[in-house]
Amino acid sequence: MITAGVDIGAETAKVVILRDGQVLSYSVVVVGVDMKQSTEQGLGEALHKAGITIDDVKHITATGTGRKHTSFAHDQVSEVIADAKGAAWLFPTVRTVIDVGAEESRGIKCDAEGKVLDFARNEKCAAGTGTFVEAMAKALEVKVEEMGELGLLSQKEIPLNVTCVIFAESEVVSLIHSGVNKVDIAQAIHNAIATRTVSMVRRVGIEKDVVFIGGVAKNVGVAALLGKHLGIEPLIPENPQIAGAIGAALIARQKE
Amino acid sequence: MFDWFFNRQILTLPYIANYGYTDASGDYYITIDSQKCDGCGKCVDACPEKVFELITDDYDNLVAKVRNGVVRNLKYICGPCKPVSGATELKCLRSCEKGAISHSW
Amino acid sequence: MTAVNVGWREYSWKAPGKDWTKAKIITAGVDVGSVSSQAVVLTDKEIFCYSNAYTGSSSPSSAIKAINMALEGTGMKLEDIQFTVGTGYGRVNVPFANKTITEISCHARGAHWLLPSVRTILDMGGQDCKAIRCDERGKVTQFVMNDKCAAGSGRSMEVLGELLSVPVEDIGPRSLDIKGEPPRVSSTCVVFAKSEALSLLRGGVPINEVIAAYCDALAHRVYTLVSRIGMEEDFMISGGIAKNLGVVRRVEKLFGVKAHISFEPQIVGALGAAIFANDLLEKSTKA
Repeated sequence: MITAGVDIGAETAKVVILRDGQVLSYSVVVVGVDMKQSTEQGLGEALHKAGITIDDVKHITATGTGRKHTSFAHDQVSEVIADAKGAAWLFPTVRTVIDVGAEESRGIKCDAEGKVLDFARNEKCAAGTGTFVEAMAKALEVKVEEMGELGLLSQKEIPLNVTCVIFAESEVVSLIHSGVNKVDIAQAIHNAIATRTVSMVRRVGIEKDVVFIGGVAKNVGVAALLGKHLGIEPLIPENPQIAGAIGAALIARQKE
Repeated sequence: MFDWFFNRQILTLPYIANYGYTDASGDYYITIDSQKCDGCGKCVDACPEKVFELITDDYDNLVAKVRNGVVRNLKYICGPCKPVSGATELKCLRSCEKGAISHSW
Repeated sequence: MTAVNVGWREYSWKAPGKDWTKAKIITAGVDVGSVSSQAVVLTDKEIFCYSNAYTGSSSPSSAIKAINMALEGTGMKLEDIQFTVGTGYGRVNVPFANKTITEISCHARGAHWLLPSVRTILDMGGQDCKAIRCDERGKVTQFVMNDKCAAGSGRSMEVLGELLSVPVEDIGPRSLDIKGEPPRVSSTCVVFAKSEALSLLRGGVPINEVIAAYCDALAHRVYTLVSRIGMEEDFMISGGIAKNLGVVRRVEKLFGVKAHISFEPQIVGALGAAIFANDLLEKSTKA
């Protein structure tokens, strides 16, 4: 049986196609002005990669902040449930899920089946989300994908005074002007995100194993510092960004 | 306020200081009433996160203050003492015999 | 401190026809903020000159730049000033200051000198927002300051202006030039608000209404901040935001109170510092 999960986030839409419980294909598309059109594009890409058509897909479930903005999903599920489901499928030993996306971060406590027991979210403030990394990458004049590795080169911990992405932009500019090394600035930013994330996750309690997903989980700098502040090394899937969509596709499968 | 015992005038110009911030997720302020604060410093020692410090204010009184470096992170720094972490009391409030400290959250 | 274009020009002002050489007491106040710095010079407790300058990357040089800008063309030199009080976030970096006093106290003092009936002061600068209650003597009775979040500062208006390509000084008037009520915006975070503003525009909302929506949001944040310490008339608004009529009018409406704005709302802190300097000097010469 083939099912699909669509995770429509603030910045990207992820589509995962599952066949008999295995990932057949996936796509990640930047969400443009027209959300519906972007998700359709994502679905088209994933179908093409799998070599199938939409008629071959039995059930499609949507999740994410934009989950209502598709023309083809049969139903929707909350991203908290989808995250937990996806994380448990990837790592059955998971008990704590941390999802840091472009504009929101979540901490989820779950059981072995991926059932949600408790959760916390931060969706009001950009500091502590992927948007912070992007804004700082721009200020540091590096590519977002390079930020993680850049931060790992840091040997010195520097204090970052501001707690707002907007103010941080100007603080970073003046730090650069006063000769502070970019690698140290990058890691300081990663540290700010990691500490905020850990604070949020503490609200649901931290229990091994911890799984780190979401776009920001691709940032090795944040991942390393997250592990340091948690005192536990988080498990990170090969493609952390599609975990939510995997969860949605699994839930689609359960429905049939 | 005239202190007969020591035979000198202690000028008190009481004011209420709110240290903290509001962001999209809420209001997080620690309030110190300078009229009640006698600069004893117990809060400075009681706080595990070193939130407080003693300063001489504009009226030359020794009073407690929230350190500049922590003001913008109060929500996270005070986390360990809040119900969300399983704590049942705020150590700073417990240590202040004059009741000069209050939290807005 | 910031490489961002803040959209305003530095300036200074000198009192015409004043002969400072005849003055008995000459004092100065310097307010070094994170975005701008001001210097005010008083001769016999009257404003002689003042300046409003960008704070550069170094606070000490900002203080010197501000005072030099104010003194330029007057013939007065730094050595002629008898007592200087430094204030503001960078107050420890006013190298020629005789004393430093917190910006909270200085703002109250300055506002009170301008308007003795003032009891509540709202000061919003580039990166922070303060609300102060004072008594009939201009002494602070309560205060709250928020400098953590751009959404409650003048920066949010600058970001809006940059995003919509509207000069900062036009934001106020344009926000008032609308028919009916603007939409309520849901994002309080300026970063998220950027995408929300763009989608409002795409949805066909007229640009002035988008501007009005964010002035509304800022006015509400101000209302919440001041409510923490309570409103008592007379009410004064100082700092850069006082020049934004759109926000001022909305704040007045929320409180049902008229906001007094001085002839130069950005120098209130430095003015208060200069007045403290005057009083301290008078007290020490009497003693």
